[in-house]
Amino acid sequence: MAATSEAGRQASIDSGRAQIAAQKAATRTVVSRWLLLSPALVIILGCGLLPLFIILGYSLMQPGDYAGVVCCKLVPDAWINLFFEQDMFSDALAPNYAYYTIFARSIMMALFTTALAIGVGFPTAYFIATRGPKMRNLMLFLITIPFWTNLLIRTYSIIMVLQDQGVLNKILMRLGIIDQPLQLMYTNVAISYGLAYAYLPYMVLPLYASMEKLDFRLIEAGYDLYANRFQVLRRLIIPLVKPGIVAGSILVFIPAIGDYVITTQLGGGTRMMFGSLISQQFLTARNWPQGSALSLGLMLVVMIALFIYAKKAVGRAQS
Amino acid sequence: MTDTTAATNLAATPASDKPGRRGPRFDVKRQNGFWLVAVFCLAMLYAPMFVLVAYAFNDNQFVMIWKGFTWRWFGIAVNDPEIRGAALLSLKVAAIASVTATVIATMAALATTRVKAFRSLPLVYAIINQPLMVPEIVTAIATMVFFAAIRSFTEYYGVVYLVVSHIVFCIPFAYMPLRARLEDMDLVYENAAADLYATPWRVFRRITFPLMIPGIIGALMLSFVVSMDDVVITVHVSGPGEQTLPLYLIGQLHRGVTPEVNAMSTLFLLASVLLVTIFFIVTRKKT
Repeated sequence: MAATSEAGRQASIDSGRAQIAAQKAATRTVVSRWLLLSPALVIILGCGLLPLFIILGYSLMQPGDYAGVVCCKLVPDAWINLFFEQDMFSDALAPNYAYYTIFARSIMMALFTTALAIGVGFPTAYFIATRGPKMRNLMLFLITIPFWTNLLIRTYSIIMVLQDQGVLNKILMRLGIIDQPLQLMYTNVAISYGLAYAYLPYMVLPLYASMEKLDFRLIEAGYDLYANRFQVLRRLIIPLVKPGIVAGSILVFIPAIGDYVITTQLGGGTRMMFGSLISQQFLTARNWPQGSALSLGLMLVVMIALFIYAKKAVGRAQS
Repeated sequence: MTDTTAATNLAATPASDKPGRRGPRFDVKRQNGFWLVAVFCLAMLYAPMFVLVAYAFNDNQFVMIWKGFTWRWFGIAVNDPEIRGAALLSLKVAAIASVTATVIATMAALATTRVKAFRSLPLVYAIINQPLMVPEIVTAIATMVFFAAIRSFTEYYGVVYLVVSHIVFCIPFAYMPLRARLEDMDLVYENAAADLYATPWRVFRRITFPLMIPGIIGALMLSFVVSMDDVVITVHVSGPGEQTLPLYLIGQLHRGVTPEVNAMSTLFLLASVLLVTIFFIVTRKKT
């Protein structure tokens, strides 16, 4: 009797110890998890996220004489200037048409680039997705390679094609289509070609990912019901790969609207876009609050695009 | 090119019961003219680069006027002290940034995979991917302003700022292949080792680490390439006298360009393509 109670007590002590040990182990995993995560979190929060809050603060201050800001009176000027010009004497507000033009150009260019990328990327992705595995891997590899090469070098290669003595003008003149070189550089054509060229892989890859999962039995069923190729494309394939089209559009639109390298190199100083305007405010005009407000405005546009995308994705998941 | 699955599908459905409408070799996957667009797409991606490489062999001061074939620009580019200095700095920044980012990302990947999902996991993902979600020009500007403040406060100038800014955007790129690799790895080996009384450190050193080496190589290469290729952040963050290859190139593009720039760009392209090819071979899933 005494022995059994002794054994029972021992067992309860053991189970208590086991519990404590388990708890200790759990704490240890939590501690080690955050220890392992801390360098990544510290560096990204400190050098990635914190600077964004700093420019939020800067956007609410007055510009310094040469650069920087005057601390620390908060004024909304930079934000107002995004849309209105302040009259120097009367403080009356007038629409800031210079900025409107740049915003409109950026948005139009980004939309046009996205459309161009869909136009070229959709058939390409479909073609890749319907090849055999070997050909498919090779083509995917070829599509991804330019993505990993230096954007500036690729921009230079476009300059070599488009400039006055460039390859395109040479070919057109050799063919006798034109007898004067066309002015292609520093035009909207050059910028949109450059943007589409740079961001095409961002369109092809998500499109390919959704086409790879395409159920071709549905398409066969479509043909059995006497649809022609165009109807199959419009009524079956496009609706089925719509998530890929939306994802690709987001991935092209976002970098295109904020692009800096291509627009500055192919557009020159006259065809300003969002990215070059922001950089100019910091490096040339030295109006940091204005540049900060513009940066945050651009981020807002991007966030809205992402938000619409996320909402659509959630809606799809629910239906 | 006929696809085998399409062919078998069609073999199962007798084509003769719809006479005249389509032949027996009807391919359901085909869309007219799509191959042409695909060819156009690849041509659009590669033709400019071929032009750039071709004119690197042009035996003329003026890059766009072809005179003859020569290798000499490669020699000139390799021996140009300005290019050498810029290349050295680019390599140094990329090497330090990619190694540091890989170490940090490895730790983060170990903490976020192979564990039960914890409550703040989505937030952790969001933070790690933050550098990819903000437009690059905004990141560049914000980092520039932030480091300008630190510079004037500490009065320390140096290449450290550039390296840190590269580490930040390298982390998500290093994290991707590591996470993929760790999620593919089975936990049984670690559990077996733990059952045999190996300490957690020993389990990591003898089991987990050797198994994740392909992921680590992938992370190193990806972040190295991303760092070498960056223009926007480097242009804004680099201090005076810190000229990397992209900065050198921007400077050259505003002057008359000689084929030397093409030769340099060709070497640069070649290095990127080689690294990415190795990356694909190393991380390819064996099937």
